[in-house]
Amino acid sequence: MATRNGAALVELRRVSQRYETRERTFTALREIDLVIREGEFVALLGPSGCGKSTLLRIITGLQVPSDGQVLYRGSPLHGINPHAAIVFQTMALFPWLTVQQNVEIALKVRGMAPADRTTRAVALLDKVGLDGFESAFPRELSGGMRQKVGFARAMAVEPELLCLDEPFSALDVLSADALRAELLELWTSGAIPTRAILMVTHNIEEAIFLADRVIVMEKDPGRVVSELSVGLPQPRHRRAPEFTAVVDRVYGLLAGQTQPEHVELGTAPGEPGHTRALPSITINDLSGLLEYLAGLPRPEADLYQIAADLKIDSDHLLRLAEAAELLGFATIARGDITLAPLGETVAEASIQARKEIFASRMRRLPIYRWLAALLREADRQQLKAWVVQRALEIEFPPAEATRQLDTLVGWGRYAELLGYDDSSETITLETAAAPAPGDSGVSSSSAR
Amino acid sequence: MEIVRLFDIRQPRRGGLGSGDLIALVALGVLLYAGVRLAHYAPSRILGPEISLAPGALPWYAGLSLGRMAAAYLLSILFTFVCGSLAAGNRTAERLVLPALDVLQSVPILSFLPVVLLSFSALMPQGIAAELASIVLIFTSQVWNLTFAWYQSLTTIPTELREASAIFRFGGWMRFRVLELPFAAITLLWNSMMSWAGGWFFLMAAEIFTVGERDFRLPGLGSYLQVAARQGDLSAVIWGLGTLIFVIAVLDQLVWRPLVAWADRFKLESVSGEALATSWALQAARRSMLVDWLRSRVTRPAMERLDAAFRHPGPAGEPVAAGGPRRRWRVWLLGAIGVGVLVYGSVRAGMLLSLVPPTEWLSIVPALGATLARVLASLVLAALWTVPVGVWIGSRPRVAAALQPVVQVAASVPATALFPVLISTLLRIPGGLSTAAIGLMLLGTQWYILFNVIAGTTAIPRDLQYTTALLQFGTVDRWRALILPALLPYLVTGALTAAGGAWNASIVAEYVEFGGHSVHTVGIGARIAEATAAGDYPLLLAATLAMVLTVVAFNRFLWRRLYRVAEARFRIE
Repeated sequence: MATRNGAALVELRRVSQRYETRERTFTALREIDLVIREGEFVALLGPSGCGKSTLLRIITGLQVPSDGQVLYRGSPLHGINPHAAIVFQTMALFPWLTVQQNVEIALKVRGMAPADRTTRAVALLDKVGLDGFESAFPRELSGGMRQKVGFARAMAVEPELLCLDEPFSALDVLSADALRAELLELWTSGAIPTRAILMVTHNIEEAIFLADRVIVMEKDPGRVVSELSVGLPQPRHRRAPEFTAVVDRVYGLLAGQTQPEHVELGTAPGEPGHTRALPSITINDLSGLLEYLAGLPRPEADLYQIAADLKIDSDHLLRLAEAAELLGFATIARGDITLAPLGETVAEASIQARKEIFASRMRRLPIYRWLAALLREADRQQLKAWVVQRALEIEFPPAEATRQLDTLVGWGRYAELLGYDDSSETITLETAAAPAPGDSGVSSSSAR
Repeated sequence: MEIVRLFDIRQPRRGGLGSGDLIALVALGVLLYAGVRLAHYAPSRILGPEISLAPGALPWYAGLSLGRMAAAYLLSILFTFVCGSLAAGNRTAERLVLPALDVLQSVPILSFLPVVLLSFSALMPQGIAAELASIVLIFTSQVWNLTFAWYQSLTTIPTELREASAIFRFGGWMRFRVLELPFAAITLLWNSMMSWAGGWFFLMAAEIFTVGERDFRLPGLGSYLQVAARQGDLSAVIWGLGTLIFVIAVLDQLVWRPLVAWADRFKLESVSGEALATSWALQAARRSMLVDWLRSRVTRPAMERLDAAFRHPGPAGEPVAAGGPRRRWRVWLLGAIGVGVLVYGSVRAGMLLSLVPPTEWLSIVPALGATLARVLASLVLAALWTVPVGVWIGSRPRVAAALQPVVQVAASVPATALFPVLISTLLRIPGGLSTAAIGLMLLGTQWYILFNVIAGTTAIPRDLQYTTALLQFGTVDRWRALILPALLPYLVTGALTAAGGAWNASIVAEYVEFGGHSVHTVGIGARIAEATAAGDYPLLLAATLAMVLTVVAFNRFLWRRLYRVAEARFRIE
């Protein structure tokens, strides 16, 4: 850790990743420029679907980008980077090998003699605090201990570049905290020969707790929107005002800013302009957030504070906030969320009244209007789910189209606007949702 | 209950017929045609070997039968690793191999027996021909589900495990040994057990196949049983059956059980509450000093050598997501040759089929209908006794545990081995062979249904059982609201497998040599056997093809749809 701002280890030049479906080409990553220097701990932070894991796979050579250049120590990378190792989100340990064998296997492949690799594996397991568990199988260990094996295996090959792919997100809060502290200790004390660490995460606090530099990404298409140096000395304290100030700033970057309604809602699928994807959340969770906000003494709250109070993941919270904003229940500015009067009404309303308010707000969403218009024109006002899925795939990649469909149907069922029959996989327009005379702004022309 | 897994493997993916299926079916027809062409040159009189009924000959016969099984199994495993890996790693291969496997595993293999036997006897001396034919037949009965299982597990290995082996630079060998083989170990093992059980069925049939002047018998347990039954030598029958059961039980205790218990380590995660498989043989081996010595002195160093020998020296591995260079022209060339052979073969097959007189074609239809009726009758009969008994056993864990080995041994006795023994008794029931054939089919099919009913019953969640008890459901309501719906997916799976077995059995059940003359009834199996006896090759091809098509069509258009509906509506997660 002696050399900060050392020589460039990894350099990405205008790296793009595209993939094609039957309908069109989607851009998963757009023109990413990025440098990771020796001595740095860099975090790639962004919402799910922003392509940060893809970027990590491109950097390690597991995946070849459609465009752009990947340089390692100044020369183009061909195939898998032999100087990199990955710690995976799911740990990716071989369940049929013991803890020690899992670490040794990486050394065996490199041709190390049996005696040497045993010595090194045992020493590393000792270092991460797993002595005594050498002959255990991964399934006998807790999540935190399993991830320690993941770290030991990655460090065994003495990588120059250690890549962490959401390594703490599958762990419970306490083990994740402990493991983060241990990683920091190994890194800052220089006990491992690693030159740089690259971590992918969607957890804002985690990124700022660990990294020297945070690269903030956004989705649709995946791109780098901002970069900030954390500039706080280690060890960092989560409650310290300097720390929360940085967290707040990043929330400000990621939560965005409530726009005028026509911009906020976007356009319907198939129409020119940006189609706003619905954040995939359940209405139950949204109601929970609104009730929580309504119970606060002040109308406006810091998002980072809510994440800490409700103990929810920043990614989940941002999606909930986005949904609240989209439906007009709250506004967001500079990392703060403010409950709108309508949101307050929802928080205090009865179940039936809630449904009605929600239905009226949902009718304003272009994507719902589009679906309603499709259904109205269909025979008996119903469509097979796959038809709608196919139609959505013109706008979204297949996986996202499925998510959009699920969210739409989930919200529509709650609002009693849509019906869904699972055995025939049919979506129906509820009769109450059919165009009543003079129903505000719902015209079939909006679908075209 | 472990059995569930066994039948979960064949996941039907879709109904209907695709272009890949058509290619596979045409290829099958051409292959059959080639076999039938060769059969022209088969000797019209074939003498079987002398079978000694002395109990002292039994170890030798058992060894011969076992050797055929082992040879076919080895072939199957080799084929599996090559073809399964090819299909998993190459798009073009995948599009050809998958539909082919799918059609082949639903084809009644036994209907090929006459064609295979005749064509082989035309090509080589009788002894070798029958040996090879039996091995080929067992191979074709064992291999498809193994290949399918291997392919499926190759394609379901979690991405992150694949990425881990890439980033830590595993070569092909290490990937096979440390990732792919262990990941597939459990399904391969269960499928191997299933394949062996199926293999015995076909081996027995191949060893005792005689029609008219043609006696294709092979020295082995199956022919021993047949000769003993024909001569009415009861003590020899008992000796023969005893030996067969003994061999199967020994294999179960010394090979499969230890392997299953040992393979526990390959489970991805342990499911709490699931009883671990145990094996006394494995326990003993683990305690044994000799095994210990072998492991530390022989297997481990050998493995180390092997790993070192296969270690790839290259500095960088291949990216996981990138494809290698394609040798397009080779694929095209092979494809063109394949299409040429198929077209030529199907034209010739068509010409041969045109020799079948219309009256014969007309006789195939009622024959198919009669066999179909028997298959369905055997399923209904099997369901009638297995559902109540299976539910009774399945809802009593202790009984299930105690009965499981008994049921397994009973089920593993190949029905084809019992045919010659039971035929004299069954022929006396009203309806003669026509109804007796149903009984013979039942022998083979009932177990599949019973296993699945037991498995389905044990899978009914306790909470739901308590709920029906608390709500004081009567017996009728309990069956209607809980037991039957919960059993439905299992019943359909069991019936699907059982129907396949019943069609197969028809070949040996509808035409029997008994007491010096042949007895036959109306049925497609009988048509095939008669055509073999008479040397009527166009009819043999026509009847075999008709049966294959009927079974494949039934699988696709009936069973799979039923299965999907049952899966979607009634599977309890």
